[in-house]
Amino acid sequence: MSVRLTFEPFDPGALLAEFARGRSEVGAVATFTGIARAEAGQTSILELEAYPGFTEREIEKIAMQAKARFGLIDLQVLHRIGQIAPGEPIVFVATAATHRRGAFEACDFLMDYLKSRAPFWKKEHGPGGARWIEPRAQDHADVARWDKETSR
Amino acid sequence: MLLFGRLSDVAGWRERQIDSPFLSALRVRLASDDPALGEALEGPGVQVAVDQMIVRGDTALNAGAEVAFLPPMSGG
Repeated sequence: MSVRLTFEPFDPGALLAEFARGRSEVGAVATFTGIARAEAGQTSILELEAYPGFTEREIEKIAMQAKARFGLIDLQVLHRIGQIAPGEPIVFVATAATHRRGAFEACDFLMDYLKSRAPFWKKEHGPGGARWIEPRAQDHADVARWDKETSR
Repeated sequence: MLLFGRLSDVAGWRERQIDSPFLSALRVRLASDDPALGEALEGPGVQVAVDQMIVRGDTALNAGAEVAFLPPMSGG
């Protein structure tokens, strides 16, 4: 299990190849890559702030939950911090399970958590100035789905 | 103590050393020095971590404790 933050751009394809390499008992690997949006020119740079140490540990707690809940064999979370240009990957999540359902669902679960509950603060810089982005109602609704589905 | 996200923009600083025996006393002190920050710290969804553990309500602060104010979070 790996949870990391990075200031550097990353290549999701290379991460997937590395994550999937040499696994003979894993029937399914699912990945999600989040990409910074330009918002039709309204965002020139996205700035992501974390609380180093605390942020990784909070994500690790949820990653442990995901591992147990979906029966994962392994997982990886890599999240950019600092300044991110539109078009660059901002987050990469990979999950490995024996069968596809656990891998898909764990990926979805982890992303819902990362969007609204992980310790990150996101600021959009654009021609009209800068603004802090807070989770939308949809993001809260997305993560709340998993609170309801407790009897898996 | 540490301020994250929009809280550091409101205050104009990110990190400061402050002597305070309790979290409640720290809040009073910050609000009297900077009412706008005091109000922002009481805003919806703002959480507090002491030595990187989320706390609710008041708590005693040891010498050298790290107090972080965390506004609503958004990643991905």
